[in-house]
Order: sequence, then structure tokens, then C-alpha cells
Amino acid sequence: MSAASLTDSFLERAPLALRDWVVNFLPAPLQWLGHHLITIIAVLAVFGTFFAFTTIAERKLLARLQNRLGPNRSGLPWIKGLTLFGLSQPFADAIKTLTKEDIVPAAADKCLHFLAPVIVVAFSLMTFAVLPFGRHLIPVELDAALLYFFAAGAATELAIFMAGWSSRNKYSLLAAMRALAQLISYELPLILSVVPIVLVTSTLSTQGIVLAQGGWTFGFLPHWFVFTPWGFPGFIIFLVAALAESNRSPFDLPEAESELIAGHLTEYSGFKYALFFMAEYFGLTALSGLGVTLFLGGWQAPIAALQFIPSYAWFMLKLIGMLVFFIWIRGTLLRLRIDQLTRLAWQFLVPLALLNVGNAAFWILTSSWSGPLQLIRWAVSLAIIVIPFILLGRTLTAGYAPRAYRYAP
Amino acid sequence: MNPFTPSAPAPFASAPGPTVRAVHDEFHGDLLEVSMGPQHPSTHGVFRMVATLDGEQLVKLKPVFGYLHRNHEKIAENTTYLGSMPYTDRLDYLCSMSTNWAYALAVEKLAGQAVPERAQYLRIIMAELTRLVNHSCLVGFLFNDLGTSFTPLLYAFREREKIIDLFEALSGSRMMCNYQRFGGCRVDPTPEWLAAAQQLVDNFPRFLDEYERMLTGNEIMLARTQGVGRLDATHAINAGITGPVLRASGVDYDLRKVDAYGFYAQFDFRVPLGAHGDTYDRYMMRILEMRESVKILQQAFKRLPAGPIMDPKAKLRGFRPKAGEAYGRLEGPKGELGFFLISDGSPNPYRYRVRPPSLINLTLLEEMCLGHTIADAVVILGSIDIVLGEVDR
Repeated sequence: MSAASLTDSFLERAPLALRDWVVNFLPAPLQWLGHHLITIIAVLAVFGTFFAFTTIAERKLLARLQNRLGPNRSGLPWIKGLTLFGLSQPFADAIKTLTKEDIVPAAADKCLHFLAPVIVVAFSLMTFAVLPFGRHLIPVELDAALLYFFAAGAATELAIFMAGWSSRNKYSLLAAMRALAQLISYELPLILSVVPIVLVTSTLSTQGIVLAQGGWTFGFLPHWFVFTPWGFPGFIIFLVAALAESNRSPFDLPEAESELIAGHLTEYSGFKYALFFMAEYFGLTALSGLGVTLFLGGWQAPIAALQFIPSYAWFMLKLIGMLVFFIWIRGTLLRLRIDQLTRLAWQFLVPLALLNVGNAAFWILTSSWSGPLQLIRWAVSLAIIVIPFILLGRTLTAGYAPRAYRYAP
Repeated sequence: MNPFTPSAPAPFASAPGPTVRAVHDEFHGDLLEVSMGPQHPSTHGVFRMVATLDGEQLVKLKPVFGYLHRNHEKIAENTTYLGSMPYTDRLDYLCSMSTNWAYALAVEKLAGQAVPERAQYLRIIMAELTRLVNHSCLVGFLFNDLGTSFTPLLYAFREREKIIDLFEALSGSRMMCNYQRFGGCRVDPTPEWLAAAQQLVDNFPRFLDEYERMLTGNEIMLARTQGVGRLDATHAINAGITGPVLRASGVDYDLRKVDAYGFYAQFDFRVPLGAHGDTYDRYMMRILEMRESVKILQQAFKRLPAGPIMDPKAKLRGFRPKAGEAYGRLEGPKGELGFFLISDGSPNPYRYRVRPPSLINLTLLEEMCLGHTIADAVVILGSIDIVLGEVDR
């Protein structure tokens, strides 16, 4: 099979064909509207279901990390004995949260208190618009897709601040302060970690970035950016900053349950709480999707021989891999303190990310080097990032070491 | 110089030097007063801290307790000596075996009651198993306070459950064991029980190694605990702090060595000492003490003699000690656990007083926390190891 036939194979085009078929039933002046509505509905439906199963996957996986079984009882209604490994748990959770009483504190700013969960979900969903899910599947082809993504992503933190401020609760207020500090600290390394890619591909379009990662050396070494000496550190910085941006452990300070009860969620109950929960997972999924797009080759297959699997399947597989990684981190690590959190960002991630931008510039400058010069190119590029990594890492952990203990004579 | 007079200088040089300023300040903004507890996920029960915050930093902290007050001492004065025994389980509900023993020790001292050799060994076995239960729970909860999502806690609970199952097999209750009696123990373990306990103790160091490999060297753990909540030896001694918290400050004081109650003098074990008195040292004291407890248990299983578990002259019903007073104390997992009894010759104690290590170790909480952030206060409280059943009584 030639490459051209693969990109146009039936499976690859199936979602588009289905959409066009439905749209054809509409009168011509309304076709553009149907076109967009179907895209929106498809994204909502797919990622809504995906969210439901992420929650159960997270609970199951965390349980396995902790010597537990996790939810395994909920089955189908009216059918006894069929538990489906608890797969219907998210639907039971949804019904539970929907039927719960919605409590608004008497002293709360009722308008903001109501708006915060709406805004957080809206903005976290908007980020999905520019993710290329497949070779032909991208809701909106934007030239400034990356800028759009970060703008919408940062707005969710503002909603968290709104929630914390409007609840009129001291824990919520502290959480709001933490959320803002975290936003200011981690938005910077997050964006800086992406700059090298923009430099190298000279595009802000997500689809363009994925296309730039196409191709294989010898048919099995993909040209993903994570396998370059500037892409790998960029990916690590992106991962850490993404954890912080989506308020996940070890950076879950705004909702640190051992300190601030539930942080900005303390005064939320019922479906508003569920909306925040949903937004957290949407945000995590979107950031994982962006990581996949920017560093892990997006929808590109890892091996040339596996191209027959449709591109959106590869995207989903990589996305699930990223989410599993995030869940694993959550089950493993301790929470940082707020001063350590900002210190990690300003004294470690930002300098490294800045150096990485220079690293990418060096990589572009030397793109004509070949043969033995190629080895020198790799060595210099690695040195630019590894030496500061070790030095900065030392200053970060200076003064902390396991101790030896004496015993009473 | 008494450091606890109001004019004394700020006691802890390690703290960044908190200065309590006015609650209302035009320039710096207001201080925030947060009432943490009595319903709060990490106050380990119904404990309350009224914390005054300058941003995230604590400038004042007032511990409030008494929410679980049950009039334990007065109830004990209105019941017989034996009648209080099951009630002592409810003091420190994680360590009922040691609490039972401390009470039995006081009554035996009051009545001049001898204890047979096998019972002494069994008591040491139970007390050290209790220490394992308590310390493994503590390090688990400490990591929970540090912000892990329950993983270390559940690993610790896995081991704790095994010991608790043994207690249940022996005494009929998982936590409220009611095992010790004046002059011996209530039930004699079967050889199968002893074999199971031996196996558990043999496997316990593997759990500790696993736990330490995953957590002790973790950079976040080190950064969160080292230098946090420093307590120096002078202050610890002055405040009457005992147990692992005191030893973490470098004071060599372990009642198992000092009093050598029971048969502890015959056992070979070491007392670990800290040098910095911070949260990390307090955590490591627990880990190292668990390793020593395993050593004690192994010696006890090896040497456990045959014989009666109750002194034949012991009298449980109609027990009337002659008038007098006695103070029995032992090294509980949390510190010096003591019972003071005054008898007037009647079936009930005239005065019954508990020295609860949890409460006394808690007294310096504010001094340890000042200048640290609210996140540290939770961790420091977790490292002190309190059980509210014992604090409030």
C-alpha cells in the first residue's frame, strides 16, 4: 500500500464521511451550521464519555497501586449478578451528584459562585477545539492554535480564583491565593517549554506541528520531537508544568485536602462540584492531548508498518498513556509546599526552559551539519541542557539529605 | 531561666522569627484567623487549631481540645479496679495492649502483686506488637498529611491489619483488647498463634525496607520535613515531652531502659536518638524504633518460657488493695504512659489519674509551628502522634 492510499483509507476518512453524509440532508444555507454543530457534539460526546471512563480508570488504577480493588460493584440496573468490573460506576456517580442538594453559603457572592463552575467547564472544553485528533480530524484549523490553547487554558485558573473568592470561606480564599500563585509560576515554564517547537517548526498551528513530526528513520525511528535533545527536556518541563496547571498531585495545592479541606471546592456540592471535577479531567485530558501533539508525534504511528491503524486511534492510545502516567504520579508523590512550588518553577523550570529555547536555536543553526559533525551537534546540545540540569538540581536540593542516626550508649 | 515565662525570647532560632502584628494593618493587609477543626481531615480526630495566618505563615496557633472528653478518670473512680481495665482500651484506641499494661502495672504496684514469667514475656510481645501497630499507622498518616493520596497509609495499614488480626485471634477484639490482668494476662496464646506472630515479625523488616526505599529518600519528603517543626532538647525536657518526640531531640530517655519494668532488662535492644529534633527526625525515630521492636520480639519468641500466665495468688473479683498510692508507668508508643492510683481500701480507687503522653507532647505545638506555613502545621501535628481519645479522656 502506498502512503497516499493510507492517508485516504476508508477508516481514516470514516468520521468525515459520516459528517458529510448527515450534513447533506440539510438545506444548503444551513450546511455550515450543521457542519460545526456536528463537530461540537462529537467532541462533547467523545470526551464526555472519555471523562467518565477516566474517572473509573483512575479509581481502579489508584486502588491497584494501593493494595485495593477499587469500585467493582456497580452493574446494570435490574440485572443481578452482572457487575461488569464496576464499569458503570461513573454513571452511578453522575446520578448521585445530580440528585444532591445544591448548597450555596448565605454569605457567598451568588452570581460568581454560580458562574465559576460554568466558566471552568466552558474554557476547559474550548481547549479541545485546536487539538488534531487525527489526520483529518481537527475541530478548528487555527493558525495561532497554540496561543489560543494557552489563553483558554489560563482562563480556567481564573475560574478557580472566582470560586475561591465567591465562596466566602477562609479555606477557599487560601486556595484561591494558591491557585493564582501557581498559575503565575507555572504558565511561564509551560509556554517556554513549547517555544522550541515553534522555533523549529516555525508554525503555531497544531496540525502543522504534527505534520512536522512525520516520517521515520529506517522505518521504525519516528521523528517525534521527544527524541531530540531539545524536545526531551522540553517534554519533561511540559509534563511538570502540566501537572501544576491541572492542579494534580504533587501540585494539588489549591485543593490540598490535608490542609485546606477541599480548597476552592469546600463550599460546592452537588452538580456544581461535579462540574469542577469534570473540568479538572477535561483540563488534564486537553493538556495531555497537547503534550501528545507537540512532543509525541500527535496522531502519527510509531512505526511505519503500523500506519494502517487509523490516526485517531494512535492519538487516543497516546492520550491514554499520558493519563495513566498522570494517575501513577498521583498515587506516588507527596505534595510540595507553596514556597517550594514557586521555587521549583522560578529557580529550576524557567531557567531550564529558557536554556532549552537557546538549545533549539542551536539545533536550527546546525541543521546542515552531517556525518561526524552530527555527533558533535548532539553532544553540544545535550551538554547545554544536562549540565545546568545537574547544577540547578543541586541548588534545589541543597541542604536536604537522608541522615545517619546514632544510638544511645 | 524558665523559657516559658512571657518575657523569654522567641524560643526557636530555626523559625523565621514571627512577629505578631495587628490584625488590621492598612499596609500589609489583614491577618486571617482560621479555625482548623474540630471537623477537619487532618486533625486526627476532633482536635481544633485556631491558627492566625499572615498569608500562608502562622503567627499564632491556639490548640483547643476537649471535644472528646468522656470523664474517664471520674468514671474509673466510681467503678472497681478490674472494671476500669476495659475502659483503658478507649484511651489510646490504637494501643490498647500497652495502655492495659500501664494500668495493670500501677495496680500491681499498689497491691504488691507478682507476675509470672510467661506473662511478663507475653506482655512484652504484646507491647512491642502494639508499638509496631502504632508506629506504622503514624508514618502512614504522616504521609497522608504530607499530601500523598493514601498510598503509604494503605501500605502501612496492610501490615497493621495483620497484627490487628493476631490481636483479634488472641483477645477477641481487634482494637479493644482488654488483655492484661492484675498478676498476668487473660488468655494464653496457642502454639499456632505464636507461629503466626513469629512469621509476621520475621516478615516485618521487609515491609520497613520497602517503605523506606520508596519514601525516606524522596526529595519532596526531605524538603517537606527537614528543618520543619524544630524542638530543642531543653524545651522538650521542660515541657515534659517524652517518647519518640523527645528522643528525636537527642535526649536519651526511654523508660524501657530507665525503669527496666517487666523483663526489659533482659532484652538486647538499642535506643535511636535524633540530632535535629525536626519532623524528619521524629519520622525516622519511629522507623528505627520499629526495627528495634522487631529485635525485641524475636528475642521474646525465642525465650518464651512455659508456665502459668496468671499468678495463682492474684485476686480479680473482690479485689481490695490496702490503702496507699502507686504510680505505674511504661514506655508507650507515644511516650511515658502513667497511671497514678490512690487506694483507701475500698473496691474502687479513691483517685485515678492518667498521665497521657499525647496531651503532654501536644503542649509545645504552637512553639514548633510558629513561623512555618499552614501546610507545615498539619505535618508537625502529624509527627507528634496524638490520639484524641487519650488527649481529651
